[in-house]
Amino acid sequence: MPDSLNPMNSRDPAEQTQNPMAAMPALAHAASERKPGVASSVLQRIRHTQPRSSRLPDAAFRILILLTAVSVFAIVVFVVVELVDKSRLSLHQFGLGFFFGHNWDPVNGDFGAMPFIYGTLVSSLLALLLAVPLSVGVAVYVTEMCPIRLRAIISFLVELLAAIPSVIYGLWAIFVLAPLLRDYVEPFLAKTLGWTGLFTGPMYGLGMLAAGIILAIMIVPIIASITREVLTAVPQNQREAVLALGATRWEMIRMGVLRNARIGIVGGVILGLGRALGETMAVTMVIGNRPEVAKSLFAPGYTMASVIANEFSEATGDLYLSALVEIGLALFIVTLIVNALARLLVWSITGGTAGRARA
Amino acid sequence: MLKKPGDASTLKLSLWRRGMNQAANAFAIGAAILVIVPLMAIFIYLLIKGVGALNWAFLTQTPKPVGEAGGGMANAIVGSGVILGIASVIGIPMGIGCGIYLAEYGRGRFGDLVRFTADVLNGVPSIVIGIAVYSLIVLRQKHFSAFSGGIALSVMMIPTVARATEEMLLMVPNNVREAALGLGIPKWRTTLSISLRTASAGVITGCMLAFARVAGETAPLLFTAFGNQYWNMNLNQPTAALPLQIFTYAISPFDEWHKQAWAGALILIVMIVAAVAAVRITTSRGALKGAS
Repeated sequence: MPDSLNPMNSRDPAEQTQNPMAAMPALAHAASERKPGVASSVLQRIRHTQPRSSRLPDAAFRILILLTAVSVFAIVVFVVVELVDKSRLSLHQFGLGFFFGHNWDPVNGDFGAMPFIYGTLVSSLLALLLAVPLSVGVAVYVTEMCPIRLRAIISFLVELLAAIPSVIYGLWAIFVLAPLLRDYVEPFLAKTLGWTGLFTGPMYGLGMLAAGIILAIMIVPIIASITREVLTAVPQNQREAVLALGATRWEMIRMGVLRNARIGIVGGVILGLGRALGETMAVTMVIGNRPEVAKSLFAPGYTMASVIANEFSEATGDLYLSALVEIGLALFIVTLIVNALARLLVWSITGGTAGRARA
Repeated sequence: MLKKPGDASTLKLSLWRRGMNQAANAFAIGAAILVIVPLMAIFIYLLIKGVGALNWAFLTQTPKPVGEAGGGMANAIVGSGVILGIASVIGIPMGIGCGIYLAEYGRGRFGDLVRFTADVLNGVPSIVIGIAVYSLIVLRQKHFSAFSGGIALSVMMIPTVARATEEMLLMVPNNVREAALGLGIPKWRTTLSISLRTASAGVITGCMLAFARVAGETAPLLFTAFGNQYWNMNLNQPTAALPLQIFTYAISPFDEWHKQAWAGALILIVMIVAAVAAVRITTSRGALKGAS
């Protein structure tokens, strides 16, 4: 860390980060003694000539700002502590078996989270299966193929998709998507792919399939925007090199662009997965809310987030509430891991600039 | 005619390579269309169904009991405004403060930690934040309230606002700061009146995006603001919110309520799209003013 090398700089390290010289603080400082025009030196001198009267307000401001930063950290710690504390009863009663139990019986106080974990996983994976090819397709189209005039329009429309609230997706899915699935898509799937066992049973429209589709629509903008960002970060000469070898446009995209960007794309996909796992309202409205593990995608299911949404405010009894909080805790931990993994992957390819404006 | 490199027709190609190229083109275009279609479908349905159910009573009356026609969501619209107001009053200053810390002070290890926790907070499912706020406020007070709903939404605003503020402050050239400091202006004043002011357009954009994001949030309000069929102006009492009302009405078995849900959704989306469009217009004028 630069600060530790140079005690002179330690008072306000942030001011120097914009200066390329700051990478080598000792050198920079030595050089700037001779050249007063260099920023860090000027800032240092100002620091020392600042009137005494401004020191107290400065310190107060610094503490105030530090407090807001600390509070963000405190919020996350607090969420974890609160979740662990409130789920203690259930943790104690069921142990790890909670996550493998198939019964969800509030009347008799028997709780197992398996049906919800299954529902969350299946609906999210189904969403990924549908959303990933589409998002990568859109991102490739926007960055590599489409006319410049269309580029901004399509990006804007995809962005708009991210701005629609979850509850409106749910409303649309109940009244438009579900009847469509029930009357046209599900009969067709049952006829053509019924033999797989994934598309059998009564067709309600509402069920795992509807949840997967609506989730897919919701995570497309996330995956597409990260992918677009990553594709843009691929150096232009990679493309030119592949083209110069006589490649077609698709070969250029496959060899020159997608291959270079794959880690970042995986990061975007995982980020989308994180969103899908925690998504609540739209899924709750269309998944059917029945705690069962069924192979058929037509069957109703239940997810971790939607059981909390539906039952939390009506939960009677401490154990019931505690079991629901434990599901929330599990959801929190899983999304935390998934998000951390995604950020790491995206950062590794774009050098920490993805999602941030470039100065 | 000059042909672009990579244009398949300039090359002598095997049928396979030509075919793959065409197929990839078709797939990408198809994907773009397939993504836009649901968006269009949602907007068209919102317009058709929403406008049909929208009337003056909807905007001025409270919900009627089941079976009675008419009634509206006036209390929910105002309730949403109140809850979002509380969220903004708490979330925006906290977020901006945190962003200032990250950009102006937070270069060390603690800065990285805060940056990471902000990202974590951003990824926490909204329903989990609902649970946490429930156990902090609702459980202790023993009743639902607009205030707790506002807190839940403010927590969701902080990371978005903080990261936007940080990015925008980092874009402010250092010599703007130097000039201010050189005039003997103290650091705090420089940060607030010079750096933050220069970055204000971008920061406002971030705040509005955060606002648009939480405006449609339903999950954290389920067990904080809870919803209310009547007018309530007491911040310490259960309060109706537009997204909650849409949810309740959409999953109900009554046709009349379904219509109202569509109308509510239309109002909500108009509010959010207006915010996003405003953001677009501001950003197209440049994220920084006076510094480039």
